[in-house]
Amino acid sequence: MHKILLKIAQVGIRSEKPPGTDEALRMRATQLNGEVLRMLGRALAIRHVDAGSCNGCELEIHALNNPYYNLEGLGIKFVASPRHADLLLVTGPVSRNMEEALRRTYEATPEPKLVVAVGDCGCDGGIFGECYASRGRIANVIPVDVAVPGCPPTPTAIMQAILTAVSAAAQR
Amino acid sequence: MTPALAGLALAPVPGAARAWRTAVDARQWRAGCEAAAATGGRLAALWASDDRDRAGSFTVRALLAVFEGLVCLELAVPEASPNYPELSDLFPSAARMQRAAADLLGVRAVAPDGSVRDARGWLRHGAWRADHYPLRRDAPAAGAGGNGDGRYAFVPVSGDGVHEIPVGPVHAGIIEPGHFRFSIVGERVLRLEERLGYTHKGIEKRFESMTLEQGARLAGRVSGDSTVAYAWAYAMALEAITATSPAPRALHLRALLLERERIANHLGDLGYLGNDCGLAFGFVQFWRLKEDVLRLNAEAFGHRYLMDCIVPGGVAADVTPPAATAMLAEADRLEAELRELRAIYYDHSGLQDRCINCGRLQPRTAALLGVVGLAARASGHAMDARAFPGFAPYGQLEPRIASHRNGDVAARIVVRFEEILESLRLQRRILETLPGGGTRQPLGDAPAGAPGIGWVEGWRGEVIVALESDGRGGIRRCHPHDPSWQNWPALEHAVIGNIVPDFPLINKSFNLSYAGADL
Repeated sequence: MHKILLKIAQVGIRSEKPPGTDEALRMRATQLNGEVLRMLGRALAIRHVDAGSCNGCELEIHALNNPYYNLEGLGIKFVASPRHADLLLVTGPVSRNMEEALRRTYEATPEPKLVVAVGDCGCDGGIFGECYASRGRIANVIPVDVAVPGCPPTPTAIMQAILTAVSAAAQR
Repeated sequence: MTPALAGLALAPVPGAARAWRTAVDARQWRAGCEAAAATGGRLAALWASDDRDRAGSFTVRALLAVFEGLVCLELAVPEASPNYPELSDLFPSAARMQRAAADLLGVRAVAPDGSVRDARGWLRHGAWRADHYPLRRDAPAAGAGGNGDGRYAFVPVSGDGVHEIPVGPVHAGIIEPGHFRFSIVGERVLRLEERLGYTHKGIEKRFESMTLEQGARLAGRVSGDSTVAYAWAYAMALEAITATSPAPRALHLRALLLERERIANHLGDLGYLGNDCGLAFGFVQFWRLKEDVLRLNAEAFGHRYLMDCIVPGGVAADVTPPAATAMLAEADRLEAELRELRAIYYDHSGLQDRCINCGRLQPRTAALLGVVGLAARASGHAMDARAFPGFAPYGQLEPRIASHRNGDVAARIVVRFEEILESLRLQRRILETLPGGGTRQPLGDAPAGAPGIGWVEGWRGEVIVALESDGRGGIRRCHPHDPSWQNWPALEHAVIGNIVPDFPLINKSFNLSYAGADL
């Protein structure tokens, strides 16, 4: 036990300042009223859905929880069920084998049902595009609020997209 | 030395991967596989191609890993009766590969009595009709329209108190999609049946619309966490076709990239394995170390995960002297921290309690299932394509194989620790002995003909790419093969008799790719 405590003390706190928001990532104007935002505060619950990604974006989503980005430190946490989620973080081109599961996940998510599409594939189908097995971009299957490009986008960019989805809408 | 296999006349396949090939008839197909199975060989990959335009038939290939290297058996399968002798009695891992080939090309693996052992779709869920075969050359890339029957008959388990837990395809964590059907009594798992294929997005069809050069980028996105291994395997296959030899500096840089990919992934897994045992400290520390590695990757090579750094003909990135100094300093720091954290992990009673004897894959089962890579090494099988048969530049680097016999979660943790330390040693050696010279060669012509083969030991296990040129600069056929094909069925065995709450831990200890095997 003392080795663990010693290590924690030696390493110290490595968390960095979170990025600001970026309106350029917004796909559609979301009508979040002030009341919803007040209730959400900064305690946002995210459900991640891999709709067919190569798992590259997942690596960066995992990294959001590392001590440098420390997403949970902002009150934003990943939850196990769409029914507990305020926001869906969706990766991949949508494979046709995942299309129904993605729709059902979206339906199971309560309002405000925000959706952030992650990565080049989520934005426009990426290198996989549309074919017999792929429906391409996320917006082809469910409404998308914010889309963040990159292959994969950096954790900072994903964080920025999440913060854009919730915070900038406050001014609307 | 050419392997002796059931009297078959084997011709060497050019290129860096040690491989031979031969066309066989149905009898030789079985005889070759039987001979390989009887002498400790295993099935490395199985895939089919539509060669009706060229040879009037389909081709099914079984790539066998034997003592000397890889042997590719090529069997012509007529369109009129698209059946070939099945191999899952010899190699259980063939079952899913055969089902995938049936879904994509309509070739059926049949038993001697003419029956198909498992006629359920594997990659085909409801997205296309059962009589449509998307990888046939006359099938449009966009598909034929219309949905198929997406229902799936899981194997039922009956008995007093037996019930089922269905999990997925959308999982509770940040995980790729797949379905797990547990049959349990109380908390004990009697049987796990996996249903995968959810991330099937038509990669093999997509390859066929690309030029040979463009394909490298797609190969690097078959399984994002193994992008270096795939890019290298693809480049190796294309270099084999084009008779191109990458410069020594390029090969050393490739090995550096591959070891850095191994280090980053193992660090991440060690963090999650601690976390899944309730030791959040482990997650935080290992993910801090992983992030440091990724940031140095971005600084030195321009990409955190090193995507597109390996290109056919060489590498697209080089190491500057300051980057080399930074990596050497990082290696020293990382090694010291790793030894410290290893002592904490090995001493931790909670980890010992959860990991030792949990999710055991017995050496015998691993051999029977043809398990590869890290999971095989943790179950007593000292296989590693870097060490044997080896591929350049590893002959000069003399990699040491990490191994363990217990086959449990703890063994897979131990192997990861050992492998990071070994990768750090290799990284030092590469940086200290980095040859000068160019980093990228122009590619020669790519004639149509037999596939070029790439064979690379990624962090999870061997990644194989079989690539055929159309003779006009395009890809005729490309089959990328992930080690997860062989290792997913092993997970079904490793969880038997364990309690359901240990499944996430056992699953993470294998950390298999969904995308890599779904294609």
